[in-house]
Amino acid sequence: MSILANKSTRLLVQGITGREGLFHTVQMVRDGTNVVAGVTPGRGGEWVLDGKIPVFDTVRLAVEATGANASVIFVPARYAPDAIFEAADAGICLIVCITEGIPNQDMMQVYHYLAQKKVRLIGPNSPGILSPGEIKIGIIPSDIAILGNTGVVSRSGTLTYEILYALKRAGMGVSTCVGIGGDPIIGTDFLDVLSMFEADAHTDRVVLIGEVGGTDEERAASYIAKEMTKPVVAFVAGLTAPPGRRMGHAGAIIEGGAGLAQSKIEALENAGVHVVRNPEEIPLFLSS
Amino acid sequence: MKLHEYQSKQIFSKYHIPIPQGRIADNACDARQIAQELGGRVVIKAQVLAGGRGKAGGIRLARTPEEAEALTTHILGMEIKGLPVHKVLVDEAVNIAQEIYLAIISDREERAPLMMASSEGGVDIEEVAHISPEKISRVHINPLLGLRSFAVRDLAVGIDLPHQHWKSFIEIAQKLWQVYCETDASLVEINPLVITVDQRMLALDGKVVLDDNALFRHPDLSDLRDLDAESPAETEARKYGLSYIKMEGEIGCLVNGAGLAMATMDIIKLCGGRPANFLDVGGGASAERVAVALRLILSDPNVRVVLVNIFGGITRGDEVARGILQALSDSNIKLPMVVRLAGTNAKEGLKLLATAEVQVAETLVEAGRKAVTLASS
Repeated sequence: MSILANKSTRLLVQGITGREGLFHTVQMVRDGTNVVAGVTPGRGGEWVLDGKIPVFDTVRLAVEATGANASVIFVPARYAPDAIFEAADAGICLIVCITEGIPNQDMMQVYHYLAQKKVRLIGPNSPGILSPGEIKIGIIPSDIAILGNTGVVSRSGTLTYEILYALKRAGMGVSTCVGIGGDPIIGTDFLDVLSMFEADAHTDRVVLIGEVGGTDEERAASYIAKEMTKPVVAFVAGLTAPPGRRMGHAGAIIEGGAGLAQSKIEALENAGVHVVRNPEEIPLFLSS
Repeated sequence: MKLHEYQSKQIFSKYHIPIPQGRIADNACDARQIAQELGGRVVIKAQVLAGGRGKAGGIRLARTPEEAEALTTHILGMEIKGLPVHKVLVDEAVNIAQEIYLAIISDREERAPLMMASSEGGVDIEEVAHISPEKISRVHINPLLGLRSFAVRDLAVGIDLPHQHWKSFIEIAQKLWQVYCETDASLVEINPLVITVDQRMLALDGKVVLDDNALFRHPDLSDLRDLDAESPAETEARKYGLSYIKMEGEIGCLVNGAGLAMATMDIIKLCGGRPANFLDVGGGASAERVAVALRLILSDPNVRVVLVNIFGGITRGDEVARGILQALSDSNIKLPMVVRLAGTNAKEGLKLLATAEVQVAETLVEAGRKAVTLASS
């Protein structure tokens, strides 16, 4: 039914008393996610959602009391690295970081620390994970997707929503949608998610949504060519992006001739991926 | 955020990385004065945020203060890759025995800093990487461990650095690491790091690129931003926390989300038009924010049509519509507008816009086609 998380996932929300954290906790609970606890330092002992979810001062206390095994982070950028370290240190094994704007050098330390602990990080600057009817961790609107057998993996937010919505209108459902995040230093890349979809019995085909910057799409292409049996349809944003400029996302920048949309499209096409020029056409090529 | 050579070298100097004596000048008279103080023989270097300054004629040797004055007049009148030269760096000319390359960059793939050195300094490192990759030595630095001396010795061996220079090289590498960490840089580069005829090691040129996400920790460094290197609208956009990049086309774009904004630009091109800008209005944009964004787009005289593409998640269609109406009532410019709203409260938004003179589109491609038709009519 889903990769990464499911109905038995016990979710903790770091930054639960903040505006964003609280708003999206309400949405996640409405979408069937088992939110067991929240953490805001200094607010331990309080309750949110009409007394349904306890707030703790630390992740360690929350894990001890509720058995939380996954965490979603809505903490401002300057405190987010600490929040990720804290979750990993307390034994959380899946961390989804929504926060945008975390300094890169902090993320490099986070990445290597989490690799030692074998903790899975999605993001930062990610819209999260949505498995329709199963679980939502993050901020992807659930009403734009239905349950099905297409896996979606993307570096973008609203562009992903656009594509989920196009799939829904075409009557096509989604097994899991993963936003890996728009930052240059991210915990989980295309290749990681593609291999999970390849192994997932409920995913029959995959949509990959890339953009300019880095070489993640190229590495995904080489994995697809060598290992992947399931069909992949892709869109890569930024054919018109000028070099040297950060296109909104910190990671969406063409530097020193690397990260061009054209070279990503070519790499994916050479790997047998159908790359559409108009994202609204994705359902058309999935059905053919 | 890129820093100029002189700014980068000032930072290096603060960390005791040796640099040539020199000062910045914004007029020929000052350049002559500085040249005089430095003993006559100087190098005049254009300070623009672009590579290839030497090839473009922006770096010249002056043998006398008079020549320094004449060359400065010439260079200050130049444009390099479209950027006007407002300042020159006047550096003492040094006698070079060898030029090497040393840099630390944030490597996205390995999620770790990468220290690189090459025996071929003073030239474009990407060219070296292309023509003779074996001349570049690389060491990844574990960010939890930091830079250890052994890693620098590995590099020294890799570039066949004579033993007599190891001590200076290791010291400079460690100081460069300190600069990289303490300024939150994504690139620190010394190219060339020269060995002078009298056997000193000097950072002849320097480049620092700072991580925009970390500028909140470095208010002093944020002030170093060169506002001449961007359009006034881009400066204005930053004040409001909007991502705006000016382009050359005539179709202004207002979109929520960076990926969708890029995709919208691509669709415009696919439909045969040219985008005038990239603009991400952000998540949960208020009417005020939308109105500010629209005014920024309209401040570009090339814009003939505006395309609004909003996929509502946290952002609500009715709020966007209110912003559009607000901007329309505030400004006198009557440009055609194509609006495509989908997702949260799209219907309410479209209802609000029913009385306004805007064209509505259902899909992204339909919006693109309509905008292109309007721009060419």
